[in-house]
Amino acid sequence: MAKTLTICIMEPPYESANSTTSMRIIDAALRKGINVNVFAYEGAVSLTVKDQKPHPNPVHGTSVEEEKHPTTKELVAGLFELAKDKGVKLDWINCGLCVDERGAGNWIEGPRRGGPADFHKWVQESDAALVIPTK
Amino acid sequence: MKKILCVVETAYRGTQEEQDDAVLWFTHALKNGGGDVAILLRGNAVNYAVAAQDPAGLVIGKFSIEHPANPNKDLLKMKQAGIPVHVVREDTEERGISLNSLSKEFQLVSSRELPGLFAQYDQVWHW
Repeated sequence: MAKTLTICIMEPPYESANSTTSMRIIDAALRKGINVNVFAYEGAVSLTVKDQKPHPNPVHGTSVEEEKHPTTKELVAGLFELAKDKGVKLDWINCGLCVDERGAGNWIEGPRRGGPADFHKWVQESDAALVIPTK
Repeated sequence: MKKILCVVETAYRGTQEEQDDAVLWFTHALKNGGGDVAILLRGNAVNYAVAAQDPAGLVIGKFSIEHPANPNKDLLKMKQAGIPVHVVREDTEERGISLNSLSKEFQLVSSRELPGLFAQYDQVWHW
């Protein structure tokens, strides 16, 4: 039976290495055949906002195509694709109240709405839980 | 025109997602707009001065980051654009970073010299 890892992440996109690190851990777990639950809390709910757009970089002198800026919504979408390919489950809950206060409710396909009780339930059911807060 | 020294201390802050360091990018944009700006690397940001750093190859899920941030190369471009780049020597040494590993284009400064460096600028922005 596959193991399950539950992760709570708190960091908003584009602000620190925490979100990248979180996604690398999720990526590594999925590749090992481990089911992953992600509870996106506070600023992390913005990781999956659909309205994110890549941009050109006037300082680098690169166009949108050349820059190929990695939006976090694309990174998360890629994690869902990876989970599907590996035959494991990636469940992603965005904290509903955190979403509402930010007006960040337009998401890519995959995440669902929930709350701390969902995270607590996951923790009880999982083999391991990891909290990656913002500082 | 006011001379501005930008002190960069927090390193690799969101750089994989941004594909650059936001403070270096901002400083370079000010220079491109005609500003008189300079950089001082201190704390963990002294690692930006290390020449041989290779962030290539990161894949998350199905997404490959093809143009990862390389703050050292960005700083070299900034230097070429006329932005002075200073590095605090003690912060480098206490991290065990060999001074020989740093790009030669950057100016090492001792912490004792910082008051004099600050005095050369009208404003010092500690990011």
